[in-house]
Amino acid sequence: MRTLLELDSVAARYGPVQALRDVSLTVGEGEVVAVLGANGAGKTTTLRAISGTVSRSGSIELDGQLLKGGPEAAARAGIAHVPEGRGTFVDLTVVENLKLGAYTRRDRQVKRDIQRIEAYFPWIAERGGQRAGTLSGGEQQMLALGRALMSRPRLLLLDEPSLGLAPLVVREFFRTVRELNEKEGLTVLLVEQDARIALSISSRAYVLEVGRVALAGASDELRENEGVRRSYLGY
Amino acid sequence: MIAAEFDFAYLMQQIVSGLAAGGIYALLALALVIIHRSTGVINFAQGEMATLSAYICWALIASHGWAYWPAFVATLVLSFAGGIAVHRVVIRPVEGGSVLRIVIVTIGLLIAINGFVIWQWSGEPQQLESPFGTNVVTIGDVVVLSHYIGTIAVAVAIVLLLWLLFRFTKVGLALRAAAVNPDEARLVGVRVTWMLALGWGLAATLGAVAGVMTAPIVGLDPNMMAAVLIYAFAAAVLGGIDSPMGAVVGGLLLGVILSLLTYMSQYGAFDWYSEELSLPIALLVILVVLLVKPSGLFGKPEVKRV
Repeated sequence: MRTLLELDSVAARYGPVQALRDVSLTVGEGEVVAVLGANGAGKTTTLRAISGTVSRSGSIELDGQLLKGGPEAAARAGIAHVPEGRGTFVDLTVVENLKLGAYTRRDRQVKRDIQRIEAYFPWIAERGGQRAGTLSGGEQQMLALGRALMSRPRLLLLDEPSLGLAPLVVREFFRTVRELNEKEGLTVLLVEQDARIALSISSRAYVLEVGRVALAGASDELRENEGVRRSYLGY
Repeated sequence: MIAAEFDFAYLMQQIVSGLAAGGIYALLALALVIIHRSTGVINFAQGEMATLSAYICWALIASHGWAYWPAFVATLVLSFAGGIAVHRVVIRPVEGGSVLRIVIVTIGLLIAINGFVIWQWSGEPQQLESPFGTNVVTIGDVVVLSHYIGTIAVAVAIVLLLWLLFRFTKVGLALRAAAVNPDEARLVGVRVTWMLALGWGLAATLGAVAGVMTAPIVGLDPNMMAAVLIYAFAAAVLGGIDSPMGAVVGGLLLGVILSLLTYMSQYGAFDWYSEELSLPIALLVILVVLLVKPSGLFGKPEVKRV
């Protein structure tokens, strides 16, 4: 498998707080990789380092190209980041959110891609003019995913998509992510509090502890790992 | 004062002149709203920036022999570039800090531009002609200055263009996204600092139109926009400081209300009123709206998450 994303000794800090100390990881093209860890382990910061929303050191390469600059540059390189807490434009309509997702694109197929998103989430077709802020939490999360897909990303970063959602909605969300991965070869780096779901959808996973990679391996094997079971799966 | 007979034509004249003044308030209020949405402050220099634009237009015509409309268009282009420059050079360095710092910078800018205008063109009032001439238009019994009709038409056209820009273009969508949600906008690839600069450019352009349309009415003078800025502020607050639609409605309402007060005072009602009171009334509008309904007519009430 070709390596799409490679982090080498990445560190990041918020003012005096060192959130990431030394993280190295890879994501192969077409792979779903999960990042697990306790609160404050650096999961979200890892994604933010990749999308350039936190200043970082070390090297981050996308398809062999060193990523530099802020989130505008990352978006142009093909990274779509769905941040924690949905990340929709609540004052704008559903369709405007989708159009913004395609902001970096210069081609003329944006309309067709909106239809493609509507095929995944049929409710979007009927409620395109509705303000995103009036959607339910689950719908906003779906819209955030749709918005990310509109950029035709090479790499999708998902941060805690299950947060605050009903179990049924979470299941539907991840079913869509899996479908996108299997049908369209979408590459995903997933940060998820719910380790059970994360390990079931991913092929590999990294476990972070205080800003470092503590454990890495195939998701099936990690599920059997005693430490992972006790700390993150709770049995 | 003796109550005169009801005069429909005179009433219509007052309404038209109120709409013309209101159109000018609306344009300047829109400029205030655009900047408040993106930068989060009231730009106290907005009026002086408009004055500078009006002087530039006048200088192109009077000193360089330009025809009116080319000078008008050149003024808008220069003002647009000037607005962007103001953001890049003086606002951006203090952005992200406390609101007070930006406010103080805009007040400094007000004083600097005012000083520059007096230094460059002296404080002597000048005459900037109206592109619509000084003749009157007669519709039935109603006689109105052509400049008023022209001003209303220009204001409507500009508001329409702006609405089309924000509603139907990609850059308009990015401008709105950058204003309401800059972090998310960056994530989808919008260059937010450029969008903010663009907002300042648009605001300066709106102000330029307001300044150029005001000068023929009150005379071109370094302080001519001081009162207009207060009316525009009242209009923006009345409509809702973050609502472009509110700015337009608020501006027109204020213009017509002040004009009708003048009319009614001449017919016995509100006979205490004279035009010297219009500025205090604008301030009263600001105060009452902020106390009673801070979000204005069209604004969304601010929701504080605990």
